[in-house]
Amino acid sequence: MFEIKNLKFKSILDISYLQINKPISCIIGPSGSGKTTLLRMLNSLNIPDEGTILYNNQDISKMDTVKLRRKVVMLGQTPVIYSGSIEDNLQIGLEFSKKLPVSKSTLRETLKRVELNKELSEGCSNLSGGERQRLCLARVMLMDADTYLLDEPSAALDKATEEFIIDNFSQFVLENKKELIMITHSEHIAQKFLESIIRIENGKVTEAYHE
Amino acid sequence: MNNNSIMDLSILQLSIAYIFVIIMLIIFKYRGIRREKQILIASTRMTLQLTIMGYILMFVFRNPSWWLTSLMIIAMISFAIYNSIKRVKIKMSRELRTIIAFSLACGALLTATFFILVVLNVRPWFNPQYFIPISGMIVGNSMTGIALGANKLCSDFEEKRIEIENSLMLGASPLAATKEIVNNAFDNAILPTMNNMLTMGIVSLPGMMTGQILSGTFPLTAIKYQIGILLAILGSTAISTVLFVTLGYRTFFTKDNRLK
Repeated sequence: MFEIKNLKFKSILDISYLQINKPISCIIGPSGSGKTTLLRMLNSLNIPDEGTILYNNQDISKMDTVKLRRKVVMLGQTPVIYSGSIEDNLQIGLEFSKKLPVSKSTLRETLKRVELNKELSEGCSNLSGGERQRLCLARVMLMDADTYLLDEPSAALDKATEEFIIDNFSQFVLENKKELIMITHSEHIAQKFLESIIRIENGKVTEAYHE
Repeated sequence: MNNNSIMDLSILQLSIAYIFVIIMLIIFKYRGIRREKQILIASTRMTLQLTIMGYILMFVFRNPSWWLTSLMIIAMISFAIYNSIKRVKIKMSRELRTIIAFSLACGALLTATFFILVVLNVRPWFNPQYFIPISGMIVGNSMTGIALGANKLCSDFEEKRIEIENSLMLGASPLAATKEIVNNAFDNAILPTMNNMLTMGIVSLPGMMTGQILSGTFPLTAIKYQIGILLAILGSTAISTVLFVTLGYRTFFTKDNRLK
């Protein structure tokens, strides 16, 4: 799905070639190595100084960025909760991407899937960090995107929840024939996806599965 | 009643009013608040600016002409633009400053022209006795509105960067991602004008009306003018700020919908 050629960005990234084409890819590497910048580029939140990024053989710099982001949905490091109830927070992703709202039963199923035991009408101000992250995950799951970009999805979660979320989300991605590119710091999670590792160090790809 | 009923104010009488400045200076000195310099500067500037304006108005009233009136309006609008930009605490892009200038000029000019020509039916249109004070009030209020709106818009864009970017990640257009921020900025800009209208006539008798009454105008006539001008102020503040926020939010994004 993604093919990166001769990409350069300030002194942060310098990637001569990288292909990301597995259903699940795991980007690992020390902090400050450029992982997040790379992920943001796949979502057109940053643009490279040089080089091209192809998504399904299409140059993303020539695509409508809003349309691209509706196919390639990204979940950032900080869980963002909007004003309103849990239901509002779940539907807002669909609203933003101009998709029809889903039924309450679908919303409840998704909440169950991320193990968030809350009523749809509840407010969000009392949610813990982990609950917020799970709500955000449920929100993007509902959006039915083709590709998901998760930047450290587990940063705000405890170990057990983290593992549950990643397993759960990988399952979701595989079942629904989606693609997932995630950044993780956790060696434990990376171990699970040994075949799908892309390692970035000092802005350069030092390990990739296409080689 | 007629215009002759107004008592002229001698310079000596007026200078007695400066006693209020002295009272304030004493209070500040006593409380140890270090603002003496600012009070003196503010009172001096106010006195000087108004005196100069008095002479300018005397000249313009004696020589009514379309170009003198236009020149006055342009000067007023330019100063209002400069002042509203200065009142925004956050550094703005050149684009956003241009939009402030455009929105303020458009909103104020459209409303003032409509109000003076259509509602008041002033002839000739450039009659300085009407055009200058009325435009002044309209421009002044648009200026305050835009400054408030711009402050809110800029601070929200700074504080809610993560939220806006998150909305973009979810496939939102910049318009959808900033709907709440833009509405809040508009609300902030227009609220003082609306609150002012709520207490109008109960808590305060507005300046223009007071002035007209003092100069001998029949109170009911003064009130009609005041109602008209308040509606015009509401209109110009609304037009100026709606132009500003709807054009302004875009300047925070690149052409390809990234946050700058």
